[in-house]
Formats: sequence, structure tokens, C-alpha cells
Amino acid sequence: MGAVMKVKVWRGREDGGFQSYEVPREESQTVLDVVTYIQRRLDPTLAYRYACRVGMCGSCAMTVNGVARWTCRTHVSRVVKGDTLEVAPLSNMPVIKDLAVDMAEFFDKWARAKGRFAGAETRRDEFARVEPKSPARREADAGIECIGCGVCYASCDVVTWRPDFLGPAALNRAWTLVNDARDVERRERLAAVAGDAGCHACHTQGSCTERCPKQLEPTRAISGLKRLVAKAARRGEL
Amino acid sequence: MTSAAREARLWYWQRMSAMVLALCVLVHIATIVYAVRGGLTAAEILSRTRGSIAFGAFYVIFLLACAVHVPIGLAAILEEWFSLPRRAARVVSGVFAAIMLGFGLAALEGVVFA
Repeated sequence: MGAVMKVKVWRGREDGGFQSYEVPREESQTVLDVVTYIQRRLDPTLAYRYACRVGMCGSCAMTVNGVARWTCRTHVSRVVKGDTLEVAPLSNMPVIKDLAVDMAEFFDKWARAKGRFAGAETRRDEFARVEPKSPARREADAGIECIGCGVCYASCDVVTWRPDFLGPAALNRAWTLVNDARDVERRERLAAVAGDAGCHACHTQGSCTERCPKQLEPTRAISGLKRLVAKAARRGEL
Repeated sequence: MTSAAREARLWYWQRMSAMVLALCVLVHIATIVYAVRGGLTAAEILSRTRGSIAFGAFYVIFLLACAVHVPIGLAAILEEWFSLPRRAARVVSGVFAAIMLGFGLAALEGVVFA
């Protein structure tokens, strides 16, 4: 291709700024290729995260031209504006350095939403029989493929406005568990995800669903939680 | 009541009132479109609304649904956009809803019962 594009990359922490680099265009070039080119050829002090390069691990998410994306699965040709590209760290998470953010709070919220499976059976019990076509299992299956990349969380305005909001990923996880027939902490989980740090804070704007690279629907999961929580409240279980 | 239970109830009431509002807004707009055919005068409106129990009852329901729906959403906006503490947001939105309800009922009194 031979052309060169101008890439603005965030450097420093929250009080940092954009620095420009010139990177040659290649065919089938991904944004991760661009960032890697800068780090290997132009500026070895650039910090960023990636592992698998093929959309399996969820560690390379960044804000590309204002939108949170997996950089490994984003072709430059799809997002470049003219000949410029802007790469920034994910929103709603503290910046550690350059393009790497601190995801501790993001994952702590999974724990706060009781995102851990709690079973009652042991290895000596029979396998649980779960009907794959049952409505509950279908709901769980629809959300189970989340790999925790943080794109939905970075895209959520409610997280920006209410920093204690659990966020779409943690609530999606809770939704898959309340639909798991083997789980025994449904009631505690519903209490954990209710309230204005939980599902009730969601305004159903749908940015999470719009941007999820795995086409999951956290908005749907959160609506489901609202319904179940309302039922639990009516029964006095909260 | 736990905070979770309170939020769940508020959500429930906002949703129920939204259903009532959806219906009321449709009736309200359809009535407007029907009523303005060929111009509209104050006398013409009043001749229809004065003493009409059906008109009065419909707008009382409409108003009550607003009074339930508005403060719940407004409190969230005040908290999120203006960083008001929860209690303050609830108080401000409650007062706003009460004023709105008062003005609404006064207006209704004017066009139906005066």
C-alpha cells in the first residue's frame, strides 16, 4: 500500500496526553498491529496489553477513535478516519500507563455481584441433569461466552455517572448464574444485584449490547434481573 | 425495608406508571388531533370539558401516573448529572412532583369544574 498514517496514542496516566506517530499502512492491518509496530520500531516505552491476538483472551481492548474495541479484531481500514487513527486506554477504569488500565475494580464488581457459582453437590453426587432447551438454560447460554474484556463496562455511561454501579459484565454474569439450575445462592445473588448500584441503575441505553465484541446482550440480562428482583421483592426475599 | 427492596419497589412503580402513561399519552394525542380539526377556540374547548366526569377522571389518572413516574426518574437524573446526594435528590424530586400535581389539579379544576 505504501501509504503512511498518523496515529495519535495516549501516553502517561490520567493527566497524560496524545503523542503522534507515523505508521506505514499494510494490507489487513489491525489496530493491534499498529500499536505493536509503534512499540517495537518507534518507541519501546509504550505500555499496552495483549495476549492471544485472535479474539479469545479479551486483554487488548482499547478506545479506538472514541469507541471501545478489541484492537486485535479491528481492521484499520474499518475505523481509520482519513489517514488518522486515535488510540486511547479504555474509559471508566484508572490508567496505569499509556494504554494499560487497572481492571481490579472491574473484576471486584463481579465478586460483589456474586459472580461465583455456588453448588450444593460434591464429586460423589450424580451429574446434574440440565435440559439444554429449557428457557432458563437458554438464557444462561446466551450470556455465558463473556471473556471479561471490559468493552461493555468502558462503554457504559451509567458507570461513568455512578462509579459504584456494578456494570454490564458483572450483571450479565449474575444473570447466567441465576438461570443455572445447579446454583444454590440465587436469593443472595438477587439481593446483591438489586438497588441503585445494581440492575436498577441501568437506563437501558444499550451501549454494552451495541459494542460487545461477542454480540452478547447485557441489556437483556439486566432487564431479566430487574424482573426477577421485582418478584423477589414482592415475596419479601430482599 | 432494605435499600435493595426499596429500589425494586420504586422500579416496579415506575414501570407500572409508565404503562398507564403510555396509554394516556396516546389517548391525549388522539384527542388533540381530533379536537383541532378546523381550528380551536377556548370556548369550544370549555364547552366540551366543563362538567365532563369522563374528561376529569381521565386527566386525574394521567396526573397521578405522572406524579408517581416523574419523581423516580428525576431523582436518578439529579443524582447522576448533578451529583446530588440520594436524600437531597429524593426530596427535590418529591417537591417537584407535588408542585406539578398541584398545578395539574388546579388546571383541571379550571377546565372541568369551574
